[in-house]
Amino acid sequence: MTDIAHHIPEALLASYVSGTLAQPFALVVAAHVSICEECRANLAAHEAVGGALLDDFDPISISGDLRSRVMAGLDDDGMPEPVRPRGDATYPTPVLEALGGKSPRWRSLGPGAKQCILEANKTGSVRLLHIAPGYAVPDHTHGGLELTLVLQGAFHDETGRFGRGDLEVADDDLEHTPIAESGLPCICLAATDAPLKFSSFVPRLLQPLFRI
Amino acid sequence: MLDGARMLCMLLDEHNILDGAVVAPALHRAQTAGKVSRERMPVTSTLATSISEQTQWMLMVRDARDRAAFAKLFDYFAPRLRGMLMKNGFGAAQADDVIQDVMLSVWRKAASFNPERANVSGWIFQIARNRQIDVIRKDRRPMPEDLAMPESTDVDGEQVLGIEQEVATLRAAIARLNPEQRDLVQKAYLGELTHSEIQAQTGLPLGTIKSRIRLGLERLRHELKGAR
Repeated sequence: MTDIAHHIPEALLASYVSGTLAQPFALVVAAHVSICEECRANLAAHEAVGGALLDDFDPISISGDLRSRVMAGLDDDGMPEPVRPRGDATYPTPVLEALGGKSPRWRSLGPGAKQCILEANKTGSVRLLHIAPGYAVPDHTHGGLELTLVLQGAFHDETGRFGRGDLEVADDDLEHTPIAESGLPCICLAATDAPLKFSSFVPRLLQPLFRI
Repeated sequence: MLDGARMLCMLLDEHNILDGAVVAPALHRAQTAGKVSRERMPVTSTLATSISEQTQWMLMVRDARDRAAFAKLFDYFAPRLRGMLMKNGFGAAQADDVIQDVMLSVWRKAASFNPERANVSGWIFQIARNRQIDVIRKDRRPMPEDLAMPESTDVDGEQVLGIEQEVATLRAAIARLNPEQRDLVQKAYLGELTHSEIQAQTGLPLGTIKSRIRLGLERLRHELKGAR
């Protein structure tokens, strides 16, 4: 946990706190913070900025009715907080929640690679990638921002090495080929706000098929 | 916390990717030094009088399910939440619903409040943002795993005070910004508008807005330096 080298950029963390970050990226941020003490502290700092702003608002008076409703609601135990799953050695709590309590349903993405789409809509998509040792994620470029969080194993690409907890932030300038290291298969949580474009001809044809 | 200005700078610079994260000193110490054995003192010790009322109320709610303390939290936060929600464009009735949900969450989730890691206002802000996202997007924001509850309800008064002092410094620095600068910081954190929406509303080119925000942040950084 202490050897995480690649953290969440400040802008993304602030955007997460403000609630403006698109859902797919928010999942990656929540997953990273779950396993990174440093970013958890940083997140609390950003929340404190929000808290300071909240303190600063001119109070607007509250009706006695609302106050009594809330005080009466304290007795109501009808809606207990749902029990959240504990993260395991691979999947942190928010990822388990996104999986809906089920194991990932992997779909092949070509040799050595498979994926499990967690969410895909107009704001972007987020998926789990499973890359066998020594294999590469097919060559691709991005139309926008891509966040890749390693949950198990490790990969390296043109920009460096990424192990469990490390977050790679790639924008549309980066054309990279992540290759899984030997050992455990590399499992990543990857979010994009635009469809990935593969650099070679055939994968591009397959793109709609794989929804990547 | 004192790196608040720096992190705000980053906020406006979408393409700036840090080599390493900026860490808020006391909050970071709180998290990484948690395993180191340190002298812990009950809230009722001498230091307790210096801990803010809000934190004391929150701890009485957490540890004793104290309704009078909760009522005080309500009377402090509900009107401010209302101010924030109205500014975010919520109507009166909708704002009341959100306030009710948020304050009841404060009661129900009190056990997960840890003053050694978070400050009350920030903690409640975060609950309120979640509720707003639920209402606006009909979608739950993914949340990090909850931390394991401490076995003891004792708090490290020194650590709590340290966080409160940093928050106070930050608050003072924000208060000293001019209204226009403060407005921009507020917009960034309250997420009322995205940067392109700011542009659409003011008709200013994005670059100009960025540099104006940066001026505000430079000022904030200066304030923070002065306060050190």
